[in-house]
Amino acid sequence: MGSVTATVASPTDAHVTPWFRTFGAIVAAGFRRQATYRQAAVAGVVTNTVFGFLRCYIFLAATGAAGTVAGYDRAQLGTFVWAGQGLLAVIAIWGWTDLADRIRSGEVAADLLRPVHPVTSYLAVDLGRAGFAALARLVPPLVVGPLFFPVHVPRHWATVGLFLLSVVLAVVVCFGCRYLVNATTYWLQDVRGPMILWTLGSGVLAGLYFPLGFLPAPVEATLRYATPFPSLLQVPLDVLVERESTATGVGLVGLQLGWAVLLLALCRLVQRRAERRLVVQGG
Amino acid sequence: MVEQGGTLRAYRSLLGAQARSQTAYRTSFVVDLVGNLGATVFDVVTVLVIFGVTRELGGFTLRETLVVVGLSTCGFAAADLLVGNIERLPRYVRTGLFDAVLVRPLAALPQLLLMDLPLRKVSRAVFGLAVLVFALASAGIDWTPGRVALAVVAPPAAVVFFASVFVTTATVSFYWVDSGELANSVTYGGRDFTAYPITVYGGWFRALFAYGMGFAFVSYHPALALLGRADPLGLPAWVGWAAPGVAAVAAAVAALAWRVGIRHYRSTGS
Repeated sequence: MGSVTATVASPTDAHVTPWFRTFGAIVAAGFRRQATYRQAAVAGVVTNTVFGFLRCYIFLAATGAAGTVAGYDRAQLGTFVWAGQGLLAVIAIWGWTDLADRIRSGEVAADLLRPVHPVTSYLAVDLGRAGFAALARLVPPLVVGPLFFPVHVPRHWATVGLFLLSVVLAVVVCFGCRYLVNATTYWLQDVRGPMILWTLGSGVLAGLYFPLGFLPAPVEATLRYATPFPSLLQVPLDVLVERESTATGVGLVGLQLGWAVLLLALCRLVQRRAERRLVVQGG
Repeated sequence: MVEQGGTLRAYRSLLGAQARSQTAYRTSFVVDLVGNLGATVFDVVTVLVIFGVTRELGGFTLRETLVVVGLSTCGFAAADLLVGNIERLPRYVRTGLFDAVLVRPLAALPQLLLMDLPLRKVSRAVFGLAVLVFALASAGIDWTPGRVALAVVAPPAAVVFFASVFVTTATVSFYWVDSGELANSVTYGGRDFTAYPITVYGGWFRALFAYGMGFAFVSYHPALALLGRADPLGLPAWVGWAAPGVAAVAAAVAALAWRVGIRHYRSTGS
């Protein structure tokens, strides 16, 4: 790839193999980078575990004598909470300002010179990060939770595969949202306002504070179909606890896929528009 | 040796500089004010949503639970405003800024707090107080002079308690620099723990947070005393009045932990 312009030609058939090799190398680099922060991972697991206890007890108290609430029984709520605590680190809703920081400092110009599209290379780094988090952060709560609380073990084999696919799509959807939030820096110079809105909205609308099923049905349906937020946590978790039939689960994962494609396309569009007006400051 | 008046003036000028720098960009400041308010509003909304699907939680109605929520939110938000930024200590230690603080002729803790007083969190503390006032007014409390006194004393005690928790957990970073999230599990975990009646929790987890770390005295026991309810867990009614005492003990522990931590501190040399 000889080109060093920002708008490099997209790879043709002959370039597909090297493209995958490059993509894989960036994913691996993202994985290794996270693996160096082992103390932070341990501290994070402890925190997720404490919040797992808190949320689990609170939601279980809400089931009362009936033992069910909003279509979840006690075991399903247990799995919902503990898998949710693990997924939180995998999709990484909070704290990603890498792109915004590089736009502010002007370093983003170096990203544009690389032969891989910025959206693609940042996505690859994020997939690597998520891969490490899946091992270091998702597994521990899934082991600790069942020791202290009733949990729902999937009844169908298909559920496990569907859940894993759903998690990958959740990572991509979350990445797309975070990229768009960061990209506002191209226009605003300061990502703080959009970041605050994203942090506020995403936690509560994704199903972290409470399962969205606790909301009135029309509100839940609107959130599910009109916003990408439930695709971040709620959908993978509902698939895992088999709240609805496998067929409905497949439909929900399809919805996630739609959001993933739409958001990535939007990221590329926004990136192209930004590059056209980008003035690198300083340096 | 700096005399008393000079010290006060130095602290006041630190605070003034913070106020000026944080309000210089007005739009950003307003965005921050609103953003900080939103986080706390969602905590209260979560309680309301949960009561949308259940009539009682751990044997408490919504109006009773709101008194617990109010004490917790109000106490935490005010403590977070005053000393919450001590959670940046790991960064100060890592970057070596803490060395600069130590060589000045002022006490390290007040300097750190005033250097970074997050005025944007004012909105949160005001909202917390509003929730508490609303909860106290609507819970149908049978007011006696004792309960009025408790309603006045319990919120400041909660502030002191949470502030002590912030300082104590932050000192861990003197020993383990990468400990930020670990402190969160006790500070923010404590906030969530105290936002519900502790009958919701069970087993050793409740024993640890409620009585091992003392979080039961922040909101649960004072709320019981205010509401005139017997404790389902069997503790006597006067425990509700223990909040100031527990807060004093927590403050003493925090002061000790801070002193020991500073003495243990070794510069990173950066």
